[in-house]
Amino acid sequence: MQDNRKWVIIGLFSLIGVIFLVKLFMIQVMSDDFRRKAEAISIKSIVDYPHRGIILDRNGKELVVNAPVYDLMVIPKQVQMKDTLAFCETIGISIDDFRKSWKKACDFALERPSIFLKQISRDNLHNFQDQLSDYPGFYINARTVRNYPHENAAHVLGYIGEIDERGLERDATGYYKAGDYIGISGVEAAYEKELRGQKGVRHVWVDNWGREKGSFKDGEFDTLAVAGKNLISSIDLDLQKFAEELMVNKKGAVVAIEPSTGEILAMVAAPTYDPNLLTGKEASGNFGKLLLDENKPLFNRAVRAAYPPGSTFKTVQALIGMQENVINSQTVFPCNKGLVKCHFHPTTDLQRSIQHSCNPYYYQVFRRIIYQNKLTQHDSTFSVGKDLDYREGFTIWKKYLDAFNLGRKINVDLVSEVPASIPGLSLYDDRYGKGNWKFSNIYSLGIGQGEVLTTPLQLANVAATLANRGYYYTPHLVKSIGNEKSIHPEFTTKHTVPINTEYFEIIVAGMRDAYRAGTVASYAINPDLEICGKTGTAQNPHGEDHSVFIAFAPKDNPKIAIAVYVENAGFGGVWAAPVAALAIEKYLKGKTSKRLEWTKDYVIKKRFILEPQPEPTDSSEVPEKPAPAPKKVDTVRIALKEDKPNQRSEK
Amino acid sequence: MKNNRHKSSIGEGVDGLTILIYFALLAVGWVSIFAAVYDPAQPWFSFSLNYTKQLIWIGTALVIIVLILSFDYRNYETFAYIGYGLMLFLLLIVMFVGKEINGARSWLDFGPIRLQPSEFAKFITALALAKFLVSSEAKTESLRTKIIAGVILFLPVAFIILQNDTGSALVFSVFVFVLYREKILPEWILFGGVMMAILFVVGLALKPQSLFYFLVIPILTIAVLIILYIKEKKPSTIVFILSVSVALIIYVYSTKYIFEQFLAPHQQERILVLLNDDIDPQGRGTRYNLFHSKVAIGSGGLWGKGFLNGTQTKLNYVPEQSTDFIFCTVGEEYGWLGSLLVIGLYLFLMIRLILLAERQRDKFVRIYGYSVASILFFHFAINIAMTIGLFPVVGIPLPFLSYGGSSLWSFTILLFIFIKLDAHREQQMERK
Repeated sequence: MQDNRKWVIIGLFSLIGVIFLVKLFMIQVMSDDFRRKAEAISIKSIVDYPHRGIILDRNGKELVVNAPVYDLMVIPKQVQMKDTLAFCETIGISIDDFRKSWKKACDFALERPSIFLKQISRDNLHNFQDQLSDYPGFYINARTVRNYPHENAAHVLGYIGEIDERGLERDATGYYKAGDYIGISGVEAAYEKELRGQKGVRHVWVDNWGREKGSFKDGEFDTLAVAGKNLISSIDLDLQKFAEELMVNKKGAVVAIEPSTGEILAMVAAPTYDPNLLTGKEASGNFGKLLLDENKPLFNRAVRAAYPPGSTFKTVQALIGMQENVINSQTVFPCNKGLVKCHFHPTTDLQRSIQHSCNPYYYQVFRRIIYQNKLTQHDSTFSVGKDLDYREGFTIWKKYLDAFNLGRKINVDLVSEVPASIPGLSLYDDRYGKGNWKFSNIYSLGIGQGEVLTTPLQLANVAATLANRGYYYTPHLVKSIGNEKSIHPEFTTKHTVPINTEYFEIIVAGMRDAYRAGTVASYAINPDLEICGKTGTAQNPHGEDHSVFIAFAPKDNPKIAIAVYVENAGFGGVWAAPVAALAIEKYLKGKTSKRLEWTKDYVIKKRFILEPQPEPTDSSEVPEKPAPAPKKVDTVRIALKEDKPNQRSEK
Repeated sequence: MKNNRHKSSIGEGVDGLTILIYFALLAVGWVSIFAAVYDPAQPWFSFSLNYTKQLIWIGTALVIIVLILSFDYRNYETFAYIGYGLMLFLLLIVMFVGKEINGARSWLDFGPIRLQPSEFAKFITALALAKFLVSSEAKTESLRTKIIAGVILFLPVAFIILQNDTGSALVFSVFVFVLYREKILPEWILFGGVMMAILFVVGLALKPQSLFYFLVIPILTIAVLIILYIKEKKPSTIVFILSVSVALIIYVYSTKYIFEQFLAPHQQERILVLLNDDIDPQGRGTRYNLFHSKVAIGSGGLWGKGFLNGTQTKLNYVPEQSTDFIFCTVGEEYGWLGSLLVIGLYLFLMIRLILLAERQRDKFVRIYGYSVASILFFHFAINIAMTIGLFPVVGIPLPFLSYGGSSLWSFTILLFIFIKLDAHREQQMERK
């Protein structure tokens, strides 16, 4: 029995030992789980953020830079605070703020650094930097935020912000992590890949208190950060600034293009905002305010607002008519106000129809295009038989507009551009039924009204095409990327419209006359500039007509093409034309001439944004969503006002 | 005693194998403490570092060994009661003048040295118990003997519990093995004890509604009792078996109540954390300690990460890593094979001690030998079980491995008194 008990005890001891070895075998050898957990706990990936590329204007002026900001950091456990009051005075905060920040830091972690005071200015930092060494546990951490030295071109440059959940989902490469910054709009978004560079990552051991303890496997898996590329924008800062000044207190857009390259010299969407509002610690609060502003300063009207082109559209109509051989330079139509309203001017041939913007003329031109000239002049428009095939003519007409890139995305280097729209057959087939609609339902398209909607950028591109007498380069905002000075290849491809070059000269001549002695207000005229332009007065159902003007200058070898919209400002020759003329002068001559000095003050002082009023604009959309096309107008009932130079008397 | 005779008698007759294992464990312990503490960013040598201090403790332990082996072996029995009385006195006064560490008022502070009387209570109690059980008035069968033996064990336990040092008090439960071996306790006591413990855990782990609860446990209990009955062949009645069964079933049903009524919340949590696999590493309580301990050991793999290459231990994720959780360093840096070596050394040592105890002619030495083996077993079993999540976290050291002077001294004294007694086994009178 005694032996038995000895063996029972020995057996029990051994059993426990065996149980331990089995359990250890299970967790150490059979399972990988704890090894993975150990690595997850003790190896930390530390991301090195590269320098984000800066953006310069075409003359090398800084548009976007990285400004250093300084955060005061604290590691609570290392702090030995003798005189809290003195410390507060040194760094310039109240004792209550100190207590709040201190509690927040302690709640976060005692052994790890947290931000004690955010974004200290350089001046403030100078005041206490030297004394900081008296306070162990506190130190300065420098980082950068985007900064805009000139407060201009907000819509072009865009802004960056923390990536949101949707952005993370869209990021198929898995490059971004929550909390990373990403370009959200403008060039910042379109050139995100180039600007951001490549993040680097270091794998380090961290101890129980989050302190780094050397690199993992001597950096075998580490990668270096690659700095982002700098961009040279096509924007001319002086012109941009000037155009923004002209558009103060107005709604609308200015787009100026260098015709020979497609480089956008200025892009203004008014009202605009100071891009510095969307950077730094106040960014989210400011964004909310801008978003709620009834004048929609965040809305980039230059590429997102779809307006009727109005009479500027006549230039394209005339070119199509000539190319389709339904009119020629000698074609004369009477100014028959029975067809569509017009104003007093002599009977016109083609050149004068541009100069005086004759509505009945383009009623006839469009009718001939649509019916492929199979009608005689005396046929009644309102009793067109179904045998006459207008469908073919309409399709041909739309193809030309496609070639001019109207109603289609230009694919400018901005992510938020909208296509606007040019109606197709299906629109009317759906609305009226196939075969149940006629020219009388669509005649206002001929003068750029009705369902025709274009963006200011598209009209600027038309101006550039006219300037080039038949071709354009896709408008773009960045002319050079990085040290290699590359540019996206789609911006160096020449696009030619299917219109014979010789047809352009008579239109250009008409535009020259329109500026010199046509529909443009006299105070906008400076003959030295050799501007060729076309006014437009775009009706819209929400209020006063929009004032439109497209132009280029000088007439031969043009340097600048421009489109201007001033919302609810009335006649194109009265507000849009002076803005365009002043901008062109600024760009070509570098300053405003004596002749236009008065005009400049007059334009700048003019307010079209009045007292707060309920939703007057047709461009009422929050950013980042396609702008809605303005409500369709009942085209049959339209009664057009015409560009009348009657405001001249104001001078 | 003459000088030359004294000298030659120091190492004479001692069991070399046991001493070899002792030093092997000391070496493993010191290397592990070094690995747990060493920081390349800090000066290599400093008296404030645990591995340096442990070296001093080991040095003093060697002096103690020499002293123990130098004393006359008979003194250990002669002064057992006096020592016991002195120990009780120290345990008493430490409650009033002691220093409180980790909630237990069990330390005597002598400036640079701090001692924990409860550490030394183990071997003194073992000696006193042995002395009583070989005395003429002790008779195996008598109830009076059992009661006196119980009182000898109970007094230090009561004092230590009053010091709020539950872990150290639990150690005294291993005297069950000694009493069992000496037939003071019946044969079934070990099975009964193990059964009670298992049923307690099962009672906590299972939902009251489970079928297991209602059927399997009672059936198993009854089956075990019947087997025991057949095996023992002692005259027992069906009534006895049934009453024990009913008592056990009531016990199982009342575990939750016992658990909630008699255990403090932190003790409850330590037990529940074992039953609940959903360990939350974010919290900083018991779950956190157990999680990081398991991760450190579990990540060691078969071969371990190598000397000084442990990450979880070196980066301080493991709590108390040079004292109570020293086994984590072994498990992480030397893997399963290292664990096998250490566990093997302990098993070898304990079995060796039992075999040495069994070869004694003198019952006093045998009882003491069993006490030593059992006390070592208790620390070994509870400590390692705690680090790998098989037992609630109880703050007791791993013998010879854990950092700490008191525990090293007390285990050394405990072991070497037996080695000394064993060395003189030929001279011992026969007492059975």
